[in-house]
Amino acid sequence: MRVSGCPIWVDVVIEVEQLSKTYQVADKTPGFVGTLNHFFRRKTHDVQAVSHVSFTIEPGEMVGFLGANGAGKTTTLKMLCGLIHPSAGMVHVAGYVPQRRQAAFLKQITLVMGQKQQLIWDLPPLDSLSVNAAVYGIGEKEARYRINELAEMLEIGEELTRPVRKLSLGQRMKAELLAALLHRPSVLFLDEPTLGLDVNAQARVRRFLAEYNRQTGATVLLTSHYMADITALCSRVLLIDQGELIHDGGLDELAASLSPFRQVRLELNRSASPEDFVGYGELEALDDRAVRLLVSRSELTVVVARLLANFDVLDLEVNDPPIDELIGSLFRKGRVV
Amino acid sequence: MKIAGLSWPVVRALLASQHANMVQYRAEIALWALSGVLPFIMLSLWSQSDAGASFGFKGVGLARYYLSAFMVRQFSVVWVVFAFEEDALLGRLSPFLLQPLHPLWRYVAAHVAERVTRFPFSIGIAAIFFLLYPTSFWLPSLSQFLLACLAILLAFSINFLLQSLIAALCFWSEKASALERLLLIPYLYFSGWLVPLAAFPDAARTASFWTPFPYLIDFPARVLAGLPVDFVAGFAAQLFWVALLLPLVLMAWRAGVRRYTAMGA
Repeated sequence: MRVSGCPIWVDVVIEVEQLSKTYQVADKTPGFVGTLNHFFRRKTHDVQAVSHVSFTIEPGEMVGFLGANGAGKTTTLKMLCGLIHPSAGMVHVAGYVPQRRQAAFLKQITLVMGQKQQLIWDLPPLDSLSVNAAVYGIGEKEARYRINELAEMLEIGEELTRPVRKLSLGQRMKAELLAALLHRPSVLFLDEPTLGLDVNAQARVRRFLAEYNRQTGATVLLTSHYMADITALCSRVLLIDQGELIHDGGLDELAASLSPFRQVRLELNRSASPEDFVGYGELEALDDRAVRLLVSRSELTVVVARLLANFDVLDLEVNDPPIDELIGSLFRKGRVV
Repeated sequence: MKIAGLSWPVVRALLASQHANMVQYRAEIALWALSGVLPFIMLSLWSQSDAGASFGFKGVGLARYYLSAFMVRQFSVVWVVFAFEEDALLGRLSPFLLQPLHPLWRYVAAHVAERVTRFPFSIGIAAIFFLLYPTSFWLPSLSQFLLACLAILLAFSINFLLQSLIAALCFWSEKASALERLLLIPYLYFSGWLVPLAAFPDAARTASFWTPFPYLIDFPARVLAGLPVDFVAGFAAQLFWVALLLPLVLMAWRAGVRRYTAMGA
């Protein structure tokens, strides 16, 4: 297929190969002596923010980009949209090299960063929107039509005529989204778009993004610390840890790779003792006739068959640990172990 | 036709939004206008002596020179380095870099809009000046006025490019505005804002003409005041500095953007 405005025919809209970014960070010890040393003998060290990351994204995909703070998500997004130059590797987005920032490329993408704004603080969003419309070469009539259309989808109206500084965080985020999407970009980079919003506002933004993707076929790469954003919008996730891509696939597969066990719950017809379950997996809990076991995924079928054969089972349930808990624990640890 | 993303609809939209934005800060802008009265203080000092005559000014020439210097400064003052540095540090530059319009145009539009907002305050201060010095009142001829407008526009351009060059250093040093302070002393000394260049010893005056500073205040002020001035040499020098600085700014910008780390964003 061909992405609109793209100079070449592409099967993938985002292509990343061996992408790396190294920052030079100054070392300075605290105190007066540290300041003098820093001034006269400046020492630096390299920090590898992103290391040899490779992936491709097809047109229309909505992909979640996960990782703990400082894992390299935002740096990768900034390289994908051309804001910063990679130290090594190759990136193509919609057939363009992002860091060249050609006008035709910039008209196809947008970057939305939660808590960062492009709207003029003291003026109503409509003033900033009229500037954006002119910058992207959208005529006045067409701009009005698009603003009304997006405003309806975002459930925002009179807020567009109120100064930005007087809007709530949720209203501001919706206006930011409207400004970022006025030129109908075909590739959306969203960095924590629901950060700080209440539950209802988060849900509205999610609904809007899903609808925008459905209506326009836009490709979306989304980072979020709210797993609800990812589970609601993305069937595929990229997981980055210490600059390296450690998972690229479905959410279910991610759950499997993060937790090699499945939880088996049994309700027995008679009481059992812990010794009865030796060799079936790890016994999590035993309460009279209720048993909870952690069983290796690779042995699950065999173990369940043995349990059914060797015990008088009234009920049996096999569960995955909830993905929210797995990712949450991953973020809390600060890195993957 | 577009120049670095700039087209007529963009000019119109940028000026309209920036003017609306500047009107929000009208009280602050009035104070900025008021803070530019240094030439009047210098005039009050010099007028206690026969300095005007010794500087080569006849009659009310010195008063007209200082009023013109005030007006030139009002319309050529530039603050892009401070705005740019704040935008770069707070991450506001990032969305500008991702739009098909060179970010410097936004700062140009902000300055133009600020001038429009400042205009009535500057005229008001000039009116008060004429009330205090009624003998110095004059209205430039149309040709004088148009030439002065051109000289002020070029002075603004040189000033803007000089500061933009320093602003581009923000890509290397987070506090590039500190470097701008280095320009302040030669600006005060060589521009003619404090003292007309005619008051300088010959060697200092000759040296000053090798710098851009006399073309920021002294030359346009003389054109506006109708004082003797070499138009050809003045405009040629202004165009030379614009032609020199413009490619330097664009090169520094291109090199800087490669180093940009989008800090704060």
